[in-house]
Amino acid sequence: MAGEESKKLKLYSDWLSSCACRVRIGLNLKGLEYEYVPVNLLKGEQQTPEFLKLNPVGFVPVLVDGDVVLADSFAILMYLEEKFPQHSLLPKDLHGRGINYQAANIVCSSIQPYQNISILKFMKEKLGPDADFAWARDQIRRGFAALEKLLKDYSGKYATGDEVFLADLFLAPQIDGAIRIFKVDMDEFPLLARIFKAYLELPAFRDAMPGRQPDTPAEHRD
Amino acid sequence: MAGEESKKLKLYSDWLSSCAGRVRIGLNLKGLEYEYVPVNLLKEEQQTPEFLKLNPVGFVPVLVDGDVVLADSFAILMYLEEKFPQHSLLPKDLHGRGINYQAANIVCSSIQPYQNISILKFMKEKLGPDADVAWARDQIRRGFAALEKLLKDYSGKYATGDEVFLADLFLAPQIDGAIRRFKVDMDEFPLLARIFKAYLELPAFRDAMPGRQPDTPAEHRD
Repeated sequence: MAGEESKKLKLYSDWLSSCACRVRIGLNLKGLEYEYVPVNLLKGEQQTPEFLKLNPVGFVPVLVDGDVVLADSFAILMYLEEKFPQHSLLPKDLHGRGINYQAANIVCSSIQPYQNISILKFMKEKLGPDADFAWARDQIRRGFAALEKLLKDYSGKYATGDEVFLADLFLAPQIDGAIRIFKVDMDEFPLLARIFKAYLELPAFRDAMPGRQPDTPAEHRD
Repeated sequence: MAGEESKKLKLYSDWLSSCAGRVRIGLNLKGLEYEYVPVNLLKEEQQTPEFLKLNPVGFVPVLVDGDVVLADSFAILMYLEEKFPQHSLLPKDLHGRGINYQAANIVCSSIQPYQNISILKFMKEKLGPDADVAWARDQIRRGFAALEKLLKDYSGKYATGDEVFLADLFLAPQIDGAIRRFKVDMDEFPLLARIFKAYLELPAFRDAMPGRQPDTPAEHRD
């Protein structure tokens, strides 16, 4: 049994973290079991010496696979994709793969960095009590406008066609957070609103959402 | 001749952009010729209708390969890696690939987004004339401290061993910018300082640096 336990994937995660959610969707799509280890971001548990030893950047998610310890959702998803090829997260054609990488990076480099806990705290402290949400909402709307234009020529049932791929794993949590936390009006972004509805019909996505995690507070549980 | 011209790779780039710097290194390492199309970020040429049509996010770099138009340095480098396998940008082992993706993403999601033109402008306007550089320097130092810890167990001559890989393409322009633009004291980051010296011995890196581009202003030319 001990041998079996140590072979299981471990995911250090916070229920509300959109970065962790991306990985949760990927694990679900690939049918991979994992041990969920909660890290409470609001209580600053990502800054404990113990956690920093695991991930020096101090962010979640972190994946542990035996001796391999990997942080960063993109790195984790590429690792899972390369190790567990079932339900591939990328199309076969180069152009389609490129568009998926591009859309994923718009989320993880051009939107999400502007809405994490530390920058919101900075904005609140320096610019006033509502400045944090106003700032985040502006950044999200700017990024969503770009995504609407980018995906216009590629979307089908989902972001880049009629199958779920990497871009969808980044978009779903980002849109969820935009609605849930920052109250972004999705009427302005019809393509994203439409594909988000499509995501919620898929168990792999639904089960990964913030309202359904082991550490979801009772008042936020689905 | 017209047929030959249209087959050539085109890179929309700004001399000082670290994101463009990453792609320039990759093109050089793979021995790929390309047409350099300058986009002046200070003059906001990335906001012209013409450029936004090419890349809705309005950032450089953008790669054009025949019918394929791709933005985002990560997406472009993965596309080049998959289409032109010479001088591979990733090691063969999964763990090594994971560490490269992780280090690359620390740069492009946890450091660089906090030092681009629009956020520096925001900081300057809202918080005062020196707030922008102070802000960027803090973010860089935080990210560099994390990278020092992450790479401690993996570095060799370069970031993740004795060969150049993806992480190095992201680190070189980031460290260059930290020194050149934000006057970060690299004595605090000995591992990064050491590998940066090693990069500058390689023509593929040297030729990609800001001081050597077609649009480098005369006063900044190497």
